[in-house]
Amino acid sequence: MSILAPKFRLSYFLSSLTDNIFWIVVIFTLIGLPILFIVLFFVQLPVYESELINPFLTLSWIFHPELALPLLKAFLLTDMFRIIVFPGFGFAALIAASVIFIERKMLAKLQLRVGPFYCGKIEGILQLMADGLKLVSKEIIIPAKADKPIFIAAPLLFIGTAAAFVALIPVAPGWVVANIDLGLIAVFAVIGFFPIITVLSSWSANSKYPFIGGIRALFQMVSFEIPLILSLLGIVILTGTLNLSEIVESQANFPWIIFLPIGAIVFFVAMLAELERIPFDLPEAESEIVAGWLTELSGMMYGLVQLGSYLKLYAFAALFVVLFLGGWQGPVFFPPLEETLIHEGQTIGPITIQTPGLPIFSMEFFSGVIWFILKTAVVIFFILLPRGVFPRIRIDLLLDLGWTKLIGLSFVNIFIALALIYSGVFGPGGLL
Amino acid sequence: MTAKLPPGLKLQKVDERIMTLNVGPQHPGSGHMRLIVQVDGDFIVACDPDPGYVHRGEEKMAEYRNYLFNIPHLERPIIHDSCNILYPYVLAVEEIIGAEVPERAKYVRVIASELNRCVYILYWLGIYGIFLGHSTMFMWPMGDRELFIDLLEKLTGARVTHAYFIPGGVRNDLPANFEDVCLRQVNYFEKRIKEYADIFYNNPILIHRTENTGVLSREDAIRLGTTGSVLRASGVDFDLRTKEPYDAYEELNVNIPVLKEGDSYARSKIPWLDMFESCNIIREALEKMPKSGAVRTKLKPNPRGGDVTVYKRTESGRGSLGCYIVSKNKPEPYRLKLSVPSFRNLIALPYLLKGEKLGNMPAVYWSLNYWPVEADR
Repeated sequence: MSILAPKFRLSYFLSSLTDNIFWIVVIFTLIGLPILFIVLFFVQLPVYESELINPFLTLSWIFHPELALPLLKAFLLTDMFRIIVFPGFGFAALIAASVIFIERKMLAKLQLRVGPFYCGKIEGILQLMADGLKLVSKEIIIPAKADKPIFIAAPLLFIGTAAAFVALIPVAPGWVVANIDLGLIAVFAVIGFFPIITVLSSWSANSKYPFIGGIRALFQMVSFEIPLILSLLGIVILTGTLNLSEIVESQANFPWIIFLPIGAIVFFVAMLAELERIPFDLPEAESEIVAGWLTELSGMMYGLVQLGSYLKLYAFAALFVVLFLGGWQGPVFFPPLEETLIHEGQTIGPITIQTPGLPIFSMEFFSGVIWFILKTAVVIFFILLPRGVFPRIRIDLLLDLGWTKLIGLSFVNIFIALALIYSGVFGPGGLL
Repeated sequence: MTAKLPPGLKLQKVDERIMTLNVGPQHPGSGHMRLIVQVDGDFIVACDPDPGYVHRGEEKMAEYRNYLFNIPHLERPIIHDSCNILYPYVLAVEEIIGAEVPERAKYVRVIASELNRCVYILYWLGIYGIFLGHSTMFMWPMGDRELFIDLLEKLTGARVTHAYFIPGGVRNDLPANFEDVCLRQVNYFEKRIKEYADIFYNNPILIHRTENTGVLSREDAIRLGTTGSVLRASGVDFDLRTKEPYDAYEELNVNIPVLKEGDSYARSKIPWLDMFESCNIIREALEKMPKSGAVRTKLKPNPRGGDVTVYKRTESGRGSLGCYIVSKNKPEPYRLKLSVPSFRNLIALPYLLKGEKLGNMPAVYWSLNYWPVEADR
């Protein structure tokens, strides 16, 4: 047997477990409990439905679960729920994680291999968790001459900016974290942060390959932001609004991809370049500049950037759905729920729990969310597909594509939108 | 602070215009070697290849082992093309010790050599794919390689390091039913590599990236002494299988593919066309091979040569591979020199990379059909 991997013994394993439990209990009683009591002494606890909400209530919830339901309902209605769980970060991170898994399996099928297979018994569904654990347990190495504060902050800024982008996407009617009237402008403002963070990260690493990668990323993102913005002008001209929820509502009859296919294509190509995906993955070109601007990132810093880039992928795909494919609009196929269940609640089961009514989870909510996820999945599939088909493009061809062809096509798109208005397809007497 | 820098590099000031990049040996795009690349913006000003990181002293080792014991370790410089690197050595030793080769063994050698050439080219092509960021082109050739690796395993008993050729023939006869299996695999394989055109060679982005990059003119290719696919991509019809035919190649029809462009695209396409030609040669050799007979002649236990010097060369997967042996009436060679094609093709790299963009570096570098381990020996 090797020295590095000693023989596994159950007794050692169990004793290490009990050791850990012992130390957790000791630390909790000696440090955790005093801190809790000190905090409880100074902080005023909230009162909800004439009941004091305190930490010890959780003990009574074990025996009377229905006591927790009003609090849960109150939590569902808060902004915090929207930010953390549903249209915000948690939902997007779940989709991003599933995208990573689906990408690996799909690419494997395309390349006549199996992909992740052993982890988690069924087709390797726990591979992502194993990779995450590996990244967490790795040492974070910072180059000696790096500008440490900026270098450490850059991955956090990256994932924060990606989360801010996710917050602007409306998922179902009324379900958006930040419903801004100038939503589209806000999207462009958030996208504008990515090249800055990339350049900061690559420059602060004080190394040659990250620097080249950062400069490439800057070139690429800046030159493709212009067609990205111009390709959406057609929709703004036709709808007359910048609010993303209103843009979705304007597509009740026709999604805009029917009238503005050129704009959709330009947006899609520019989106691939913004996401640094193959064939536009020059900033991470492996055989030329090692891993581009990610070269010096190690451990969880790299993991955060990867999670951020997949959040960004979800956000861009969702933006494409919102702008061109009609967002949550679609025929309702979900079997209708009873009105009483939604508005007044119901008593369930032998323990007889009275569930409160939740008018926010209406019929159109469920149907809308399902349509939104389906459409996003289709767009994500088309974003992932080029990875198996195309080689990497070169920087001069990329800039030529961005500055000449895509900008020209997006102007054609604007003229199509204007022609649709002046020929009377839209407006009084027209289609909409 | 005086840090000790590796040779070839010096500390740079921030305001210097030309930046020196140390590509390798721990770089995903270098292989077991180092390229010192100087870039001005996105353009390469100078490139200085620095091989020698995997030098193993094969030639010196050969002086301490007799002619038969040299066989397994001499194929180590390039295990993916192990039959072809042994070919000139075996031919040279046969001339030194005066061994006759049976007619059937000559054909078996040609079949094994062509199968091995396909195995090597597929490995090379997979790495060319991943160098250009095309991951499917990495996986497909690696999968199709298994077809011929399985065939060679049936034939020789080993999947990669065969040690199959010996002075006086080959180690063992064809296994039962080998001809049918080989013919079936080769026919399937030919269908399969036609699909590479759809995903790789006709891909517009690939053509954009490799066409007119690293152009090597016909005169330069001859002057620099390149061989193999690099020479044939520049329009020189030179292949030892037709120009100096050895063994059974004299009786076979060999049509060597030649392209005129001399750019990276032509250099990447020549090995692919070579695989079709290999399939034809295997089919023809299976047809013309004597159906029975010995495949090796009995040698003396410790054969010793006279006072002679012999130089033999054959066509390997990368170009002409020469073996020079000085024999001084002893059971082991006095001096053995392998003249490898990889090292000859590497000489062209600094000339081709000057003035190219940094993004073209992997496309030009790997199109030279260069194998770092073989160049170092």
